[in-house]
Amino acid sequence: MMQFMLLFSRQGKLRLQKWYVPLSDKEKKKITRELVQTVLARKPKMCSFLEWRDLKVVYKRYASLYFCCAVENQDNELITLEIIHRYVELLDKYFGSVCELDIIFNFEKAYFILDEFLLGGEAQETSKKNVLKAIEQADLLQEPRHEFFTVPVY
Amino acid sequence: MSDVVEKTLTALPSLLSLDSQPGAAKLSSTSKLGNLIRGITELTSKHEEEKLIHRELASIKEQVSSPNTSMRQMKELMVRAIYCESLGYEASFSYIHAIKLAQQGTGLEKRVGYLAVSLFLNENHELLLLLVNTVLKDLQSTNLIEVCMALTVVSQMFPKDMIPAILPLVEEKLNHPKEIIRRKAVLALYKFYLIAPNQVQHIHNKFRKALCDKDPGVMTASLHIYLQMIQENAEGYKDLTASFVSILKQVVGGKLPIDFNYHSVPAPWLQIQLIRILSLLGKNDQRTSEIMYEVLDESLRRAEMNHNITYAILYECVKCIYTIHPKSDLLEKAAKCIGNFVLSPKINLKYLGLKALTYVIQQDPKLALQHQMTIIECLDHPDLIIKRETLELLFRITNTQNVVVIVEKMLEFLRMSTDDYTTIDLVGKVAELAEKYPSDCVCFSYKNYTYAPDNEWFIETMNTVFSLSGDTMQPDIPNSFLKLLSEGFESVEEDRKLRLFAVDSYVTLLKGETGKLPQFFLQVISWVLGEYSHLSEELKPATVLELLQKLLDRKQTSSETKSWALMAMTKLCEGRAGVSVAQQVSETYISSMDTVLRQRAQELQHLSQDSELRARVLPRDADLEPLEVDSSLSFLDGFVSEALAAGAAPYKPPHQRQEELSQAKVLSLEPYGLSLPISMSSCSIADRQSPTLLSMSSGLSGDSTDLSHKGGSTTLKFEGVKRVWGKEGYLAQKESVEEAVQVEAPSPLRSTSQQAEVVGSHSQTPTLTPTPEPEQEKQQLASSLFFGISSQSSVCLMGKSGPTPQRFRRKAKGQSSSSGATEQMSNSVVFTSTTVDNLLCNNPPDSTITSEVDVSSSKHTSELPQGLTAANGTCDIEAELTDSDLKGSSPPLSGDNGLENADPDPHENLDKPQGVCLSSHLPAELSGLCRSEITPLCTLQNLDLSACHVHREDTIVLVVFITNSSDSAVQHIRLDLDSELLEVSCVSESPAKDVRSVAVYLYSLTVRRPAVHVELAGTVSYQVPVGTPQTAQFSYKLPLTAFIRPLTVSTEEYGTMWLAFSHDTKQNLTLINDGQEPLVATLNVLRKKLQLHVVEVIGVEGILACKLLQDQPCLMHFRVHEGALAVWLRSPVPDLPDCLIYHCQRALQEH
Repeated sequence: MMQFMLLFSRQGKLRLQKWYVPLSDKEKKKITRELVQTVLARKPKMCSFLEWRDLKVVYKRYASLYFCCAVENQDNELITLEIIHRYVELLDKYFGSVCELDIIFNFEKAYFILDEFLLGGEAQETSKKNVLKAIEQADLLQEPRHEFFTVPVY
Repeated sequence: MSDVVEKTLTALPSLLSLDSQPGAAKLSSTSKLGNLIRGITELTSKHEEEKLIHRELASIKEQVSSPNTSMRQMKELMVRAIYCESLGYEASFSYIHAIKLAQQGTGLEKRVGYLAVSLFLNENHELLLLLVNTVLKDLQSTNLIEVCMALTVVSQMFPKDMIPAILPLVEEKLNHPKEIIRRKAVLALYKFYLIAPNQVQHIHNKFRKALCDKDPGVMTASLHIYLQMIQENAEGYKDLTASFVSILKQVVGGKLPIDFNYHSVPAPWLQIQLIRILSLLGKNDQRTSEIMYEVLDESLRRAEMNHNITYAILYECVKCIYTIHPKSDLLEKAAKCIGNFVLSPKINLKYLGLKALTYVIQQDPKLALQHQMTIIECLDHPDLIIKRETLELLFRITNTQNVVVIVEKMLEFLRMSTDDYTTIDLVGKVAELAEKYPSDCVCFSYKNYTYAPDNEWFIETMNTVFSLSGDTMQPDIPNSFLKLLSEGFESVEEDRKLRLFAVDSYVTLLKGETGKLPQFFLQVISWVLGEYSHLSEELKPATVLELLQKLLDRKQTSSETKSWALMAMTKLCEGRAGVSVAQQVSETYISSMDTVLRQRAQELQHLSQDSELRARVLPRDADLEPLEVDSSLSFLDGFVSEALAAGAAPYKPPHQRQEELSQAKVLSLEPYGLSLPISMSSCSIADRQSPTLLSMSSGLSGDSTDLSHKGGSTTLKFEGVKRVWGKEGYLAQKESVEEAVQVEAPSPLRSTSQQAEVVGSHSQTPTLTPTPEPEQEKQQLASSLFFGISSQSSVCLMGKSGPTPQRFRRKAKGQSSSSGATEQMSNSVVFTSTTVDNLLCNNPPDSTITSEVDVSSSKHTSELPQGLTAANGTCDIEAELTDSDLKGSSPPLSGDNGLENADPDPHENLDKPQGVCLSSHLPAELSGLCRSEITPLCTLQNLDLSACHVHREDTIVLVVFITNSSDSAVQHIRLDLDSELLEVSCVSESPAKDVRSVAVYLYSLTVRRPAVHVELAGTVSYQVPVGTPQTAQFSYKLPLTAFIRPLTVSTEEYGTMWLAFSHDTKQNLTLINDGQEPLVATLNVLRKKLQLHVVEVIGVEGILACKLLQDQPCLMHFRVHEGALAVWLRSPVPDLPDCLIYHCQRALQEH
């Protein structure tokens, strides 16, 4: 099960954080600080996996953003790497060529997408089509009520 | 700045286009957040940011509490609050408003409300209770999106106690027509299962329905639950193996809709989940493993593509193949796979290859040999992670020949490591290795063998370990070191040398700079000097005392270390000089504020003056008899009986007193309340014993007899109760204590039986001559590292023990520096144009920020359609799925998802007729008795092995049938049975060693140590007239219930026994309600299924007794309480009550 996911910039600015285990704010801050530092200090050709405390950290850089997940020891590192990639694909498809600014200014949307993709630390839906469909449907909620009912749901 | 604004606006077309709501309010709110974000990035100091955010938070606070704020505005305020929180500022005032927004908002407002709740709170937060009603309402909503939102939040966090409130609604959603709802409901139940497994026990059959769901997404989601449940109890789900295999087959065969493909690999997540489940099911189970060989082979074959995702599947397959019952051709393929990983130029794969190698090395040490040069290269890899994993691998292949080199490498890493967690882990491992091997060194040291561990090596290694570890070390490392030193090995002379060497090296250390030595180490040094410095002839006690005094005077020495030093001095203060030093020191500390120090100083003062008393209290060369702790405080017996005779009330443990206070009526005492174990370790710490022995013996009191359970707070009126604290009852109890002490204090001395083996392989030792060539150096290193693996097949392997990791707890080290760094980061300007880079664009990862500042937004947009490529370049360009692809019409899974659950196990069909004919071979004296079904053990070329167990009054007889299925005679059959938990004795062997038809072997079994199921491992070897000898292994499992017999006792006897037994367990069971009186009905079921004796039933209570063969009683007390059956089991045998409880549960479930 994934323990948490962090997105941060090359300058160490936290862009997104999702915690799947209950932790206090203090612990979260400490972990974030520690991990951001460790990951940023790593050289580009180095391994994408870290053994960190009793967890495994899998990270990958996309342009200026680092995507960083902590998973349990028995979890598969490579598939976690692909979870990150699938999330980036989803963001890309949703925003249309996503960039860091999209995530900064629309972080709530990025969270919504993440929640449709991963739930409670496990992959909920791996079909890209289905995730995007769910998001689109929920986005339509902004329409006035009567219009919503005319829209075919799923 | 305007540039940035412009970019922002162009970068967000999707937001604007989605935001179809016209109106100024919406736009301005967007820009409010935008203004905030932009405002922050313009600031140059952390201080200014703080000021801005505090202003912002004040404004948000004012607005959210205003009654005029609309939900729409509230939504916008919440987003801003989330932003502030994510920057690390507290906005706890907004939590309650987030809940309110989720409750009262509609549509997107509700969605943001729920999101804010899930980001602000964690599942332990008390405010979450306020969300329960909202969730309840939304689960019942007709609006699907609202139901989805509710399920989403529930799957992330929900107060454990409130699960019953929404459980029926969530369960109902499993039948919802929309698959997304079903899927989320399954995940919500998974969450419930994780936090409160008992709550969802009754819906396990619904999980099965989810597994058979026609939608692959729902089915995939249900696998999370199954993985979890199978991890906890693989036995219960063996019947599903065929279904999982069949699903995997269909997935691998591409039967899923194409939009589950990922980079043209069908549903990799699903595949990996299934393989993980299969490996759990097939572990130690040949029959189940056989079902999955084919599909694993298929997965391996299909996954031969060059993409990360296929490597992920391959890696999981390899792990599975090495976990389940081995099959040679699969192992071969897996080994090849591991080879490809290890040799891969891609660093991620190399790392995983090393990991896989570490994982399989236990079964296949030769594999390490194949890759030894790669391993050597990885040992010097610039990436510490790779290096660390290599050390882990080496740790697993350590033996006497290579331990010195491996430990050296580990210490080398330890010197560089800055991470506390790694340090603690590695220190533990080095200490483990160092302590494991000196026992072998005895025969080595006199031959002056350079590469073998010896006394000096051991002490020096431990010195390095202690000094490197800092104060983060696990306390059991110094403890076990001291224990090893004090207990010694086989040879007295070697022990003396070892201790002497330790003393010498510590004196040298203390004479040098002690400032950097960790406290732990100083304590070890103090103890060793106090205990053994007399061994050294040239070392005068006065010198040691002086050194210890110096240690005491140092400011950095902690008071705990000081008390160790004082204790050492107490042992050493001899002669006039010694006494005067002792007086001087004790005067300093006798008025110390620290009570422990003061006590030590007092002891020192008194004992230094009275040498006779000192010799008695702290005898030198005390025989290492384990210290017996009288945890029953029997020396107070006289006092107690006197007090009782004088009319004092008998002692009652605290919990009993409380119960009696809370419940006036005698017959309805609550016996299942929490009982507080009373620790009664009473050891004099001044004893001349190692601290480890002390802690061991004080631990005994906890296990052996817990007085708090005495005096039995059962509601049954036992005859013996009143007398328990009188002379008779008390004596009975004392006996049981002594018994327990005897049983549980085995001598932990290590045997050195490996001597012969070590000497034998000694001659093969390579003589190492230094050569300057780097390549040769590597080869040399390789030969010293992998020595012993090639020459002897049995490598010294050890499990991955190490210190138990503590999640998210760590000493704050380097905190100040890291906070400084954070500050620096936040000061830097973030919005350089790199942030506008397309995340997926083909940007070189190393391009600097500054070089791209001038890139205009128009140029940037022109770059956008370049497609998806990871910046690291490790990912292939994905062929974008076109719309037509998405709607792909590949055949869906067949209606029932291919779960041919009804498909019976083919083996069973075969066994039935065989069982019938085999039973005729049972010896006459066993044929009429109750027995288990005859189950096949293993099938060989010529032989079939089957077995059953027969219940006799006083024993269990295991009957093994060997059937010769071929025409030729089979000779020299040898059958060996072995078990950790069972004592196996042969009753009769079939006389004929050559078998033409059926041979019968009888064994009588007795339980050594109770377990829920006891397993026998066996080997059969035989020879056919022409051909080589054959061997095969098998296992046989019996439930503990086979060994249970009724125990006939009277209620009075029961009462006395009850008080004498020390191991107990309590639990609530479900009552059986089928017409009769529930208690009687339940007891009857248990009596029949488990062979118990019903002693008596009084009203709502019943007492039963049984024994474990032979004559190990267990007493059971049942009481109906609030619709459940409260059970309390007691026995003198550890673990027996727990095992029986399990079987009671099973028996009632099966009923």
